Amino acid sequence: MQSLPFQPEQASSIARSVDQLYYFLTAVTLFFTAVIFSIIFYFMIKYRRRAPDERPKAIEGSFPLEVLWTAIPTLIVAVIFVWSSTLYFRNSEPPKGAMEIFVTGKQWMWKVEHPEGQREINELHVPLGRPVKLTMTSEDVIHDFFVPAFRVKKDVLPGRYTTLWFEATKVGTFHLFCAQYCGAFHAGMLGSIIVQQPDEYERWLAGGAPGESMEQAGAKVFSASGCPTCHLADGTGLGPSLLGVAGHPVKLTTGETVTADDAYMRESILLPKAKVVQGYSPIMPSFQGQITEEQLNNMVAYLRALGQAQPKPKEEGKK
Amino acid sequence: MSTATLEPRVHAQKNYLNADYGWKSWLFTLDHKRIALLYLVSITFFFIIGGSFAVLMRIHLVEPQGALVQPETYNKLFTLHGIVMIFFFLIPSIPAVLGNFLVPLMVGARDLAFPRLNLLSWYIYIVGGLFTLYSAIAGGVDTGWTFYTPYSSTYSNTQVTAVAIGVFITGFSSILTGLNFIVTIHKMRAPGLTWFRMPLFLWSIYATSIIMVLGTPVLAIAIFLLALEHLFHVGIFSPALGGDPLLFQHLFWFYSHPAVYIMILPAMGVVSEIIPCFSRKRIFGYKIVAFSSVAIAVLGFLVWGHHMFVTGQSVYAGLIFSLLSFLVAIPSAIKVFNWTSTLYKGSISYEAPMLYALGFIGLFTMGGLTGLFLASLATDVHLNGTYFIVAHFHYIMVGGAVMGYLGGIHFWWPKISGRKYPNGWAALAAAIIFIGFNLTFFPQFILGYLGMPRRYAFYPAEFQVLNVMSSAGATVLGVGYLIPLVYLIWSMRYGPIAEPNPWGATGLEWKTSSPPPTENFAQTPVVTEEAYAYAPQEAAGD
Repeated sequence: MQSLPFQPEQASSIARSVDQLYYFLTAVTLFFTAVIFSIIFYFMIKYRRRAPDERPKAIEGSFPLEVLWTAIPTLIVAVIFVWSSTLYFRNSEPPKGAMEIFVTGKQWMWKVEHPEGQREINELHVPLGRPVKLTMTSEDVIHDFFVPAFRVKKDVLPGRYTTLWFEATKVGTFHLFCAQYCGAFHAGMLGSIIVQQPDEYERWLAGGAPGESMEQAGAKVFSASGCPTCHLADGTGLGPSLLGVAGHPVKLTTGETVTADDAYMRESILLPKAKVVQGYSPIMPSFQGQITEEQLNNMVAYLRALGQAQPKPKEEGKK
Repeated sequence: MSTATLEPRVHAQKNYLNADYGWKSWLFTLDHKRIALLYLVSITFFFIIGGSFAVLMRIHLVEPQGALVQPETYNKLFTLHGIVMIFFFLIPSIPAVLGNFLVPLMVGARDLAFPRLNLLSWYIYIVGGLFTLYSAIAGGVDTGWTFYTPYSSTYSNTQVTAVAIGVFITGFSSILTGLNFIVTIHKMRAPGLTWFRMPLFLWSIYATSIIMVLGTPVLAIAIFLLALEHLFHVGIFSPALGGDPLLFQHLFWFYSHPAVYIMILPAMGVVSEIIPCFSRKRIFGYKIVAFSSVAIAVLGFLVWGHHMFVTGQSVYAGLIFSLLSFLVAIPSAIKVFNWTSTLYKGSISYEAPMLYALGFIGLFTMGGLTGLFLASLATDVHLNGTYFIVAHFHYIMVGGAVMGYLGGIHFWWPKISGRKYPNGWAALAAAIIFIGFNLTFFPQFILGYLGMPRRYAFYPAEFQVLNVMSSAGATVLGVGYLIPLVYLIWSMRYGPIAEPNPWGATGLEWKTSSPPPTENFAQTPVVTEEAYAYAPQEAAGD
């Protein structure tokens, strides 16, 4: 279907619903602009000065009118607020079972890593009709991952993860823009989202012939960084076992319970003393500056896989 | 009043312009009216500089690959355009020029509460401006006027520190001016001038001053921390140094969103003076209009998070900031309805100031309504960071604030200069500006919806048509801005002599001669009537 000349392509599952709100807002804008302009023009003609000494009587104001035109805009913005917030809220969490892809922004390129290990630069291949969740970070300054055809946008920040999800509904190639000014070649930080039929995507994925998956690469970083020395699988090490941790609640020394999400794992690798698991001492060294963003992403992918595993029984009393 | 018009006697009469001669009488003046003119000249200078940057940008964007300069240069152009226009033109424009000139006249005082502080404000402004000009000449700065970290603090190799110091210093000028207005309005009102008899211009200047005094220090803190990290690598904002990259945005927008109201509230005040005068009607719903200014000032402090909907801030924070942003739209809508109703059963004439004021209502309405798209979370996600934002805030700041400023300059020019300008030219300029403005910025709404991000030195070819349209409109707008510059300067020498009250307006500033004497009023005026007592005598006041 050809899109309207003044409408960006609708190529994601949420595009249509965002556009419906957009059209409603456009209608509200046009309506009120038309009303105000017409009234002004009508008054300008009707009440033009006809004699130089004309002195119209004063009108103090009208309380009922003030109430009316406070109530009408309030009602309208209430409708818009509820509508847009519901939409936003519904779209804020990726559906369960979304494909996980890592994106790293750096001046001035997009680096993409698929869980199977394929890497891409300034291109992102995704299958049609399947939710895709991006976990994004930046190696330097703030970037912003913006795909107009999908109506999605999220800042990509250094030092933390942000996530974004979409489900492509149209095969084709779509613009990926950096929408947060990031330096000299900001305008050149462009990419393409290539949406393929699922079988075509599978072929592309297989054709890439990756050496290893992200999980495997992460396992290598994990052992090369010496993590297994302390994080013994059975929980008897100096650090907690990491089996069955990712994605699950963790009790901290402060008594707080947090979910071991990507942000938590990232923080625990870079700033291990920030949130220490109950029963363990803050003795882990920081890996800040020791590993690259990509290694970190791989490690998170590996830890996520460990999170799926059943924790081995832990002997009580061990620290 | 009518006797004054009979005798042509301007040069014979002592006024603030001919009270003294020589550069010292200007640079060391403590007269609020002369300081207002110092500001007028300086902000016009900065407006021309900032405008030239805009012209270069629009020429550059005619070609998708960029027609004029290297991307690095383009980045410096939009950065300096923003910094100069916002900090050195828009923020001081109406408060420092018209506010300085009019606040003492409108309250019936001889001067502002602290005349020396007032002069100091101008010097501080100039020193800040010089730092900024220095940075432009010494290589420019490329961070965008928003100075987002960590790009600004640890990656940019341009003159970030010099500009930061410039903006930091100028902030104090804003604080001192705001302080001066607050004290003057509280303590120096003429006998009989109660709060609810004040012209609405004073109400909006008062609301603006509160924002200046409370908000600007936060900007100063943000800029100071930025300079600290940029110069000494103290980890505040950069994650590589252990900082938080979003902290800066919170601090920055805590000031810079209210700063939008520093720009628009005074323009609303100007419009609230012009519309009653040229309709010969008391403003509709005086108290509502007055309190809506205060409501905007207060709510304006609580909406900064709507600049950060896509930064990954919590969904719940997004919901609250969205709700508050919608709320701030309501007092603005109320004002528009009240201005429009003021015209009802009026006696409307169409001199240039009125055309600007009506243009303001139209453009501000569009700017305000398009703000709903950005307060709304789901659409903001798509539109944030695109040309839609650029179009929206230019409708508010240029369509709104600059139209208001020009309307005010045209309204009070006979008072300021003692001369009248050719009304035909002024009306023509107002029409050209209105049309040129829409031609420039309306296409940008569409560009933004189509997905073109802002701050792009080059862009995909599919966006070219709308960019060319915008650039073509900008030439019309540029011509529109040059015309008043010519006839206003011309009128200072050749314009017909202005009577004390050429528009038949109410308000104390029209009760003294044009231009006013240095001491403003021969005797302290006593106010016995409500504001905007345009109606025949018996109806006035109730």
